[in-house]
Amino acid sequence: MNNIMKPTACKILEVIKESIHEYTFKVAVDMKIEHGQFLQLSIPKIGEAPISVSNFGDGWMDFTIRSVGKVTDEIFRKEAGDTLFLRGAYGKGWPVEQFKDKHMVIITGGTGLAPVKSILNLFYDQPDYVKSVTLIAGFKNEDSIIFKGDLDRWKEKFTTYYTLDKDQKEGWNTGFVTEFVSKVDFEKFGDDYEVVLVGPPPMMKFTGLEAVKCGVPDEKIWVSFERKMSCAVGKCGHCRIDEVYVCLDGPVFNYTQAKYLVD
Amino acid sequence: MGYVISFEEANKIFADLQDEYEIWAPKRFVGMGRYSDTDLIKYDKVSTVEEIEYMDKSDFPAKEVLTPISESMFYFTEDEFIESKATNKKLLIFMRPCDIHAQHHQERIYLQNGGYADMYYKRMNEKVKIVMMECTVGWDTCYCISMGANKTEDYSMAVRFEDGQLRMDVKDEVFAPYFEEKEEISFQPEYVEKNQLTLDIPEIPNKEVLTKLKNHPMWQEYNKRCISCGACTIACSTCTCFTTTDIIYNENSNVGERKRTSASCQIKGFSDMAGGMSFRNTAGDRMRYKVLHKFHDYKERFKDYHMCVGCGRCIDRCPEFISIVAAVNKMSKAVDEIVAEENK
Repeated sequence: MNNIMKPTACKILEVIKESIHEYTFKVAVDMKIEHGQFLQLSIPKIGEAPISVSNFGDGWMDFTIRSVGKVTDEIFRKEAGDTLFLRGAYGKGWPVEQFKDKHMVIITGGTGLAPVKSILNLFYDQPDYVKSVTLIAGFKNEDSIIFKGDLDRWKEKFTTYYTLDKDQKEGWNTGFVTEFVSKVDFEKFGDDYEVVLVGPPPMMKFTGLEAVKCGVPDEKIWVSFERKMSCAVGKCGHCRIDEVYVCLDGPVFNYTQAKYLVD
Repeated sequence: MGYVISFEEANKIFADLQDEYEIWAPKRFVGMGRYSDTDLIKYDKVSTVEEIEYMDKSDFPAKEVLTPISESMFYFTEDEFIESKATNKKLLIFMRPCDIHAQHHQERIYLQNGGYADMYYKRMNEKVKIVMMECTVGWDTCYCISMGANKTEDYSMAVRFEDGQLRMDVKDEVFAPYFEEKEEISFQPEYVEKNQLTLDIPEIPNKEVLTKLKNHPMWQEYNKRCISCGACTIACSTCTCFTTTDIIYNENSNVGERKRTSASCQIKGFSDMAGGMSFRNTAGDRMRYKVLHKFHDYKERFKDYHMCVGCGRCIDRCPEFISIVAAVNKMSKAVDEIVAEENK
């Protein structure tokens, strides 16, 4: 009998240290994946945790992980050549077909940049995919900046606002991402744009409200949720909010639905 | 086909059945209750009719036979995953109509939700044959009629317990051979027709009313009353939530297992994430989450019925005497208030 809870052993190809608490693990996998989906990563005898895919290509996936718990702390001890156990991919990701030929506004808080990295790269590598990209990326402080090389690279082709919450940094802004939403000229985009928000729940809440204040209609806003999960397949109940299961119906939700969800 | 058999004849049938089946039924454990001098009634394997507690309601539901409170999923030797094994026998389970209805909720989550079937549930569920225990009176915490769960035809056999004998309706052909030469009678089981409790489940007309209901002061009552022990959800026949945990054996750190354990949305920490983010930090919030799941959200998702069978075990088990019936009736009043306010 097929056991959906049983993971597959996968080899770590490379470990990239993004910051003190965030590492990217490049893993050899042959599973199918869509932008914005996640997998269950596990280490036998330690546990299992849902992790979003920050980038992927033929035969590999990147997982950008924050060492904040029992499982992730143990994953941080792994090196290239070691094994991680994976099952997935799960959930509904970014509606990339709907993003085609639109102006994209992407707003992220902290590691919220990880679940959108693959679409940012898609837009970077295929310049005709979307009309334009505006990226507002905020971090708590200089130590928590991830994907430094990518941020520099994206600057070449995208309109970017990189900001630290309170600290000063040369070439960077200071302030929360919410303060930069009004700098985007949504009117100029006409009806032809979509907004993506990812970050900690308070950041998404206030950025969503700010976008609506700037005249963005609910149906143009997309968010990605992160919740506790044990199963990732709609059984364990931990990620349920109202009538939705984040693992099945998300993690990506349209704001028309997301704004009503109360944990 | 109906039969009447003595306990002695029934025990012979039980003995024959046990070559192929494990027989599970509510059983009384004298002196094992949570308070001194009280008994515990829970599901266990039985081999005689006399072991079955058919007079009183079981404290815990039949779901435990298929999904035990704690269950091993994988055994680990270094990093090898070895699946746990299930019993080789089929399962014959004695259940009241409410518990039978509850199995449909269990199946919906474990086998259907999201299009994924859980192997651990499936391999047990495929083995199950049901003996419906006739239930005609109920208890003072029952409200099965309000939930439409007092009647069912979903059984292989039905049984009425009488003094020293059983009246049985044997529907499933596979059990006919066990009843050859037994006294045939005309027998149809009867059902509860009236409960002491009735439930007034509100129709929530739209998302705005729902949002106002979530923020209604009625939930704050539970901040004082609910101690967040989770007794209600463990006793619930329809709750399915679990948490998986890995353990390392003390004797040898290269060996361990992944197990899953019943979880409760009423206990603080149910939604805690690594990194410190948590949701529903008050007992009132958690009560709101549970009550709305059972009497709104579940039906909103699956469209047909609410996630409750009215067994009343949550009311029986609550050490603070919180009644879900009272909570739902209060919710109904709150919805009326909100709707009236909107129509002003």
